[in-house]
Amino acid sequence: MSDAESRPSFTLDGVEVPFDPGQTVLQAALAAGQYIPHLCYHPEFKPHGSCKVCTVRTGGHAATSCTTPARAGMVVESETEEVVAERRMLVQLLFVEGNHFCPSCEKSGHCKLQAVAYDLGMTSPRFDHFFPDRPVDASHPEILLDFNRCILCELCVRASAEVDGKQVFALAGRGMGKHLVVNSASGLLRDSAVAATDKAVDVCPVGVILRKRVGFAVPVGQRRFDERPISAQASDYAPRPAPPRDP
Amino acid sequence: MPPARIEDDVIAAAVDRAVESWGSAPTQLLQVLRETQEPLGWLPAGALERIARALDVSIARVRGVVAFYSFLYAEPQGEYRVLFSDDVTDRMLGSGERLREMCERLWAEPGKPSADGLVSIDRTASIGLCDQGPSLLVNGRPLTRIDAARAAQVCELMLSRTPLAQWPAELFRIEDNVRRRGVLLDDPIRPGEGIRAAIARGEATGTGRQAMLDEIKQARLLGRGGAGFTTGVKWESCARQPVEPRIVVCNADEGEPGTFKDRLLLTRYADLVFEGMTVAAWGIGATRGFVYLRGEYRYLLDALRETLARRRREGLLGRGIAGRADFEFDVEIHVGAGSYVCGEASALVESLEGKRGIPRNRPPRLAEKGYLLLPTVVNNVESYCAAALIALHGAAWFCSQGTPKSSGTKLLSVSGDCERPGIYEYPFGVTVREVLEACGARDTIAVQAGGPSGVCLGQDEFDRRIAFEDIETGGAFVVFDGTRDMFEIGRHYAHFFADESCGFCTPCRVGTSLLRNLMDKIRDGKGSQHDLQTIEELGRLLARASHCGLGESAGRPLLGTLKRFRPAYERRLGSSAVEPAFDLDGALARARRMTGRDDPGAHLGDER
Repeated sequence: MSDAESRPSFTLDGVEVPFDPGQTVLQAALAAGQYIPHLCYHPEFKPHGSCKVCTVRTGGHAATSCTTPARAGMVVESETEEVVAERRMLVQLLFVEGNHFCPSCEKSGHCKLQAVAYDLGMTSPRFDHFFPDRPVDASHPEILLDFNRCILCELCVRASAEVDGKQVFALAGRGMGKHLVVNSASGLLRDSAVAATDKAVDVCPVGVILRKRVGFAVPVGQRRFDERPISAQASDYAPRPAPPRDP
Repeated sequence: MPPARIEDDVIAAAVDRAVESWGSAPTQLLQVLRETQEPLGWLPAGALERIARALDVSIARVRGVVAFYSFLYAEPQGEYRVLFSDDVTDRMLGSGERLREMCERLWAEPGKPSADGLVSIDRTASIGLCDQGPSLLVNGRPLTRIDAARAAQVCELMLSRTPLAQWPAELFRIEDNVRRRGVLLDDPIRPGEGIRAAIARGEATGTGRQAMLDEIKQARLLGRGGAGFTTGVKWESCARQPVEPRIVVCNADEGEPGTFKDRLLLTRYADLVFEGMTVAAWGIGATRGFVYLRGEYRYLLDALRETLARRRREGLLGRGIAGRADFEFDVEIHVGAGSYVCGEASALVESLEGKRGIPRNRPPRLAEKGYLLLPTVVNNVESYCAAALIALHGAAWFCSQGTPKSSGTKLLSVSGDCERPGIYEYPFGVTVREVLEACGARDTIAVQAGGPSGVCLGQDEFDRRIAFEDIETGGAFVVFDGTRDMFEIGRHYAHFFADESCGFCTPCRVGTSLLRNLMDKIRDGKGSQHDLQTIEELGRLLARASHCGLGESAGRPLLGTLKRFRPAYERRLGSSAVEPAFDLDGALARARRMTGRDDPGAHLGDER
């Protein structure tokens, strides 16, 4: 890798951020320890830009930082009042779309949606809830699917296809009817090719894909985002290659 | 009547026939599903499983595609599938009453097959017959001018189970309604003239195919679908890609409510469309072409295929076009299945690949990596017609029409409150007022130019011009007179976008549904100033944060009508600053029913 002086760079809220060719704005920022809020991005997968939480301003336009290629000399604004207000609104939209009851959710404290909401200073869901009716799938002996918390980030879809090579998850429908489906004749997880060791089972940022019987192994209050806000953990989301798979 | 259960061998035969005609590549999934459904009426689980096996794709992907397109049904449908076009102009002409009457006559409920399995009646987004509405589709075939008498006639035909082929032809008659012709509609060139002119120009200048690209650039042709991208730039950047084959796609997914000019071009000027695609292929060096025909225009498919076959016989498609050994190009037609978003070029390409129609991230542009990641040009039907004329008559001729920044002419689809709805071709630069006078509009209070994703124009804006430097439009021109309630127009469009959002990005997926709910809340008399503020904020969020142009414009009809017709919104508001959507007393209705009470003590008053 070339040294810092010869690497191109852009500025993020006035801070110089060096990047490697091919990196997107978000990837370069996280690699440099600069946090931009995001939900559907994951360091091991190709960004696809659906949640829009990482939207920044550059060149007078709004752009998703996870998919925008970094260019030398770019001026990127992220922590402006306007941009933060938009992000907060986007997270509020995600909260009212599904059924997110943090106090009773076993993912509380490990949940990125909750962590990003706290970090953005969201104090209420603001909009009217949709209260969708989404039955859970408890058919699998080791894994529970609670679709009520799905934010449609497609990380499990991507992980299953790209890392596990299984395509256990897919998306169906459109608009507010868009939903996660399981690839099996019955549509149930029990009848799919999923295994508890799959990457797809690990990657859910919210509380949809849950391992059974370990929900409270770590007590609430001692969990990842209880300890430090998500914005202080930027380097955890820096780009990294997918881990090698067991043969 | 179609039994809810279809025999396995019937299913297998339908699937096998579809796979035989389309092949078993995964890219053909949508076409195979669509064609399997045609004889069956819907897609039973067994059909989906057989298709998944035949195309070697996961069953989840098949189900995902079926649930994305509104014309694919995983549940049994009626023997007659009636879809009322739900354009705002259809509503203005009484489609709502017709739908109610038909449901009552046939004992059906919208969105559900009738108990006897005879019909399913529902609404669908505009089917492109706004100049002769109310219109509807019965098993994919369009019926126009559905007044009460015709609706009754249709009911009787269905009740007597008369096969569609034996219905009176008059019911299916579609008028062209060409009201004003310009250089495009007046000068249909002879097949092959444009192609030969393009080749000759290259020989004369010694620049070969580049001459066609130069001509298009000099003509300053801008995309006619509404976005107005420079066609020459698109073509040239595609031609420069060192990858083959290159692809030419015609976007015939005319889904913007209020637009129907492509219907005319595909019906009467199909040769001109294919001529334009072929000169594009010549300039770009493309060998494969697609027309993506919206599912609502399925009834045009056979005639279009015949035209293609005739052009092949005439040496204008296939190998050795116009006698040139180095010119090979052919066109196939894919049919959509009910999705507005597929009109977005990259979503259209995804749909061509047999997937859910989700707009792609850019970069890369389609010109670099489009269909199957091959260099691809996507243009509107009307753009190709203009390109064919430019090939024949040259850039200078083309630029003699229109304005300095918008050369040529534009087809306008005029509908709504006017005496003469139909197609009007004008050179760019025509004022809104001139069009209103020509179409016999009176007491006009507003024009929605470019459809719901375009712009709402009030009376003080009627001297503005249709041109890329002023009002950019794909051609929809919907007229509203003083009897119309612009709040209801806005509410109608809010429902349209909520129904059609692809659901990929958060702002459009959730925002359009929230906007719809807020508009319904205001209609119910429960709105407040706070809600109007929220509508404005959501509209701005959609414009800034959405993934594609469709999401960006989804808030526009509300922002536009709210800005110009605020009193239409405000007269519906409740008195206080914030009104809850939740009806506290209504929530007790169930408890009252269960306890058999309806006395004052069982109600919550207004003293909250």
